[in-house]
Amino acid sequence: MQQIINFIIRNKTFLLFLLLFTLSLTFTIQTHSYHKSKFINSANFLTGGVYNSLSNINNYFGLKTQNEILLEENSRLNAILHNSKSVNDSSFTDRTTFNKNYRFTPANILKNSFASSKNVLLLNKGFSDSIQQDFGVISSKGIVGIIDHTSKKYATVLSILNTSSKISAQLKKTNHFGTLTWNGQSPYFTQLIDIPKIAPVNVGDTIVTSGRSSIFPKGISIGIIHDFKLDAAENYYEINIKLFNDMTNLEHVYVIENTDIQEITNLLNTSQNE
Amino acid sequence: MNSVTYANMVRFILLVGLQVVVLNHINFLGYINPYTYILFVILFPIKNSRTLFVFLSFLMGLTIDLFSDSGGIHAASCVSIAYARPLILKFCFGTIYEYQTIKFDTVEFGSKLLYITILTVIHHLILFSLEIFNISKIILTLQKTLFSSIFTIILCILITIIFSRKTK
Repeated sequence: MQQIINFIIRNKTFLLFLLLFTLSLTFTIQTHSYHKSKFINSANFLTGGVYNSLSNINNYFGLKTQNEILLEENSRLNAILHNSKSVNDSSFTDRTTFNKNYRFTPANILKNSFASSKNVLLLNKGFSDSIQQDFGVISSKGIVGIIDHTSKKYATVLSILNTSSKISAQLKKTNHFGTLTWNGQSPYFTQLIDIPKIAPVNVGDTIVTSGRSSIFPKGISIGIIHDFKLDAAENYYEINIKLFNDMTNLEHVYVIENTDIQEITNLLNTSQNE
Repeated sequence: MNSVTYANMVRFILLVGLQVVVLNHINFLGYINPYTYILFVILFPIKNSRTLFVFLSFLMGLTIDLFSDSGGIHAASCVSIAYARPLILKFCFGTIYEYQTIKFDTVEFGSKLLYITILTVIHHLILFSLEIFNISKIILTLQKTLFSSIFTIILCILITIIFSRKTK
């Protein structure tokens, strides 16, 4: 017993080092699996508060460009509104529009990040604004990511520029779908994999969300095809997508809640269990 | 609580602030960021207990991790260089270290540069290997390590020169 205690005292620095190193490795590995990191995220009182006051100052520097982005979105929405007048009579109800099942909440980005390979953003809305895990986040131009953690006033977003992010996406003109991933290199490009070889893929085609994951509605734009090649087995395409969104300049975003998600997951679970 | 403790507390807070508010947003050429918060590890007084030093370095890394949503990568790399520091000190400064009389303001520039370079490169290598966590992307890891290291070393040297207390 004496010897054990002596050993511990003699090697206490090394043991402490080992303990702390293992602890930080555990934290690191936890962040590599989706939704597992419990303690170390910036959606807490201290870091959220710091980033909030920081973004209050930083907002002023981007006012002009952000105004232009919002103006652009307004003009696009106006164009849709006024050009669709011909079909917008009282007898016509478009059941395919997603207004019924999806609720949009505006939010601001407090912390943007695009330089590392695991990018996480911070929003100024939390569960007191009924934001929960697995809600989608989009900007006026395209998708941004999925809500990961929430605290009372803040939420973190797993950006599409995160190597562990996987989002279902499809070609706009046909319904061939694949998975949107990121290789960790350029913040302007993401990769779409698992598109079958039979799909008609052309440079310049638009990629949209597929609506299969019931996080995003179908048809949220993502980007256009920049280049593509067949994968090693020559069965699927690997497509490089140029994002519509400038992920390096994000300010105003919308959080999408699918109000039917409970029903959909229940239904899927029961059919899978049978 | 003496003045050294206070100086290190202030240094801790200032370095975290600098890192989080300014340096994490530089993104030079898209991805190059300096990590000058390791100055805390570099300049920590040598005479203090090693156990406390390792623990404080862990705390430093964890604080940066909290702010940058990166799990434990900064904590892991900080703890590693804190544990390895005595070895590197002995390698860089030789006999002065044996007598525990190093003052970072007065040592030779060459050995100081070597000391900062070794610590920075080890730190960044562990940091980016853990961040990318993929052996097939080793080129990307080394590339990020190299460029960020250069940036960090230059900034660290500049900061130590600006804030050195030389009494001539």
